[in-house]
Amino acid sequence: MKYILLLIPCVAALVVPFYNSVEPQLFGFPFFYWYSLLVVPVSVAFIYAASTFDSQKSGGSK
Amino acid sequence: MIDHLNWTATIVFVGFFALVTIMGFLASSWKSGDLSQINEWGLGGRQFGSWITWFLLGGDLYTAYTVIAVPALVYAIGAYGFFAVPYTVIVYPLIFLIMPRLWNVSARKGYVTAGDFVYGRYGNKGLELAVAVTGLVATMPYIALQLVGMEKVIQALGFHGEGWLEHVPLTVAFLILALYTYKSGLRAPAMIAFVKDIMIYIFVVAAVIIIPYELGGFGAIFDAASKVFEAKVAAGAAANPPVKVAAGIVLTQSQVVPFITLAIGSAMALFMYPHSLTGVLSASSAKAIRTNAMTLPAYSLVLGLIALLGIMAHAAGIKVTNPQDVVPQLFLKMFPEWFVGFSFAAIAIGALVPAAVMSIGAANTFTRNVWRPFVNSNMSAEQESGLAKFISLIVKVGALAFIFFMPTKYAIDFQLLGGVAMIQIFPAIVFGLYTRRIHGTALLLGWLAGISLGIYLAYSPPNWVPVWSTGLGFSVYIGLLAVSVNAIVSVVLSFILPNSGADETMPHDFEDDPALHKAPHLHEPEPIL
Repeated sequence: MKYILLLIPCVAALVVPFYNSVEPQLFGFPFFYWYSLLVVPVSVAFIYAASTFDSQKSGGSK
Repeated sequence: MIDHLNWTATIVFVGFFALVTIMGFLASSWKSGDLSQINEWGLGGRQFGSWITWFLLGGDLYTAYTVIAVPALVYAIGAYGFFAVPYTVIVYPLIFLIMPRLWNVSARKGYVTAGDFVYGRYGNKGLELAVAVTGLVATMPYIALQLVGMEKVIQALGFHGEGWLEHVPLTVAFLILALYTYKSGLRAPAMIAFVKDIMIYIFVVAAVIIIPYELGGFGAIFDAASKVFEAKVAAGAAANPPVKVAAGIVLTQSQVVPFITLAIGSAMALFMYPHSLTGVLSASSAKAIRTNAMTLPAYSLVLGLIALLGIMAHAAGIKVTNPQDVVPQLFLKMFPEWFVGFSFAAIAIGALVPAAVMSIGAANTFTRNVWRPFVNSNMSAEQESGLAKFISLIVKVGALAFIFFMPTKYAIDFQLLGGVAMIQIFPAIVFGLYTRRIHGTALLLGWLAGISLGIYLAYSPPNWVPVWSTGLGFSVYIGLLAVSVNAIVSVVLSFILPNSGADETMPHDFEDDPALHKAPHLHEPEPIL
């Protein structure tokens, strides 16, 4: 499970054909740019989820 | 020489520079330790908590050269330069997984460098040397590029000299840096990183609010840049003979695979560099590293915003022949002089932190993995620290010589090759953190195969190029291709060759030890026999 959680942001960052377009725009940003930037905070959420998963598994001792 | 100097900006610039110089020297008594020990001088005593590690690694990885080069690439060809964002996204899940293991085993066994770990794990001096030399060779041009970044902003302040006089401010700045690094070790860049990172955050936030406000919003900025790229492609097609220019506000089809493979390869290489590992190993616990895997992406966001400066420059009508001048020129055009001085100081100080950590990482590597195993195996901890201090000076003089005697293009080429080389120690480190089934000798031969293939593919006379055309209609990043071959060779040969070489680590050495968190202050272990 931990590995899947960590893999998701990597896949999200690397599915370039999916986000390589101008539309839909957001605040004047082409999709390519706002999506790339959005993946950064999303990746943090997934790493955080992986870390809570980790500490639960070890009995919350960390 | 100083006829066209921008005085207001220069005074602010020099003021901030003086501030960090004082901090650099005072740092020697911060979190005091016996600096005659390499563990203290070269790793700050392994006692930096989450916050200090965040500033130090952030300052160390997101360098002055990045601030200059990433927007330069975006300015020149558009979306492709944005590979830096997915690259710095995928690096953190990787760090979260592997680096706590490396920290644990290093803290327990007293490892200071990647080479230390490789020798402890595989008992193979050849592999240790290969890992060390790779790190040294890749680091030198990287330091030189920090100087390039610094010199760009000094020139933009209006300083111009003839011949060697051109490099006077840079030399002075670097000598000061060399002296306080010599005195304070890793504590100096760790302390300066606070100032540097806060300054960078201020200038980036100001830039992404004020510049779009002045230029009519992000929509207008992207439209303007888009037109410039279209004109560039059209001009290439109209030229005689026609030149196919790959540039645009989004990626062209031919850029997609290079973009992806470059992001993956760069992420794998980043934490193999001696300066990254120095930052990681100086943390006080494995937990501090995990926390940083969640907090360091803040810098990735900043890097993405910095990359946008390359787009903004088109909207602001900045025309430069050398794209590396684009950030300084944009700032000169858009901001009042005092803020230009502040921003340029942020970039210059942004060069000092990584340059210091890189020279310390290289010095630790040379001392522990070249000098100790091959020249003098009976060094005391004091002798080790003394040698490392001395080597840190040599490394900086070497980087300065690079700038004095070679065209900048060579530094860029070597840095590019350095990345292709650096990724080749990935199998030895990462396999080693999880299994001992892959053999030292096999990894050494895999390394040799990867390095040779990488250099061979990268040389396309008269240039060095990072991508190789597969002949199937797409190109791939050479580093990633070469490391795949490297890993395959290592695994296959491990079935054939005998598994010789001692392993001094135990499986539990890689796991977190709750007791260790209470006693983070470790000293050198017994010498490795």
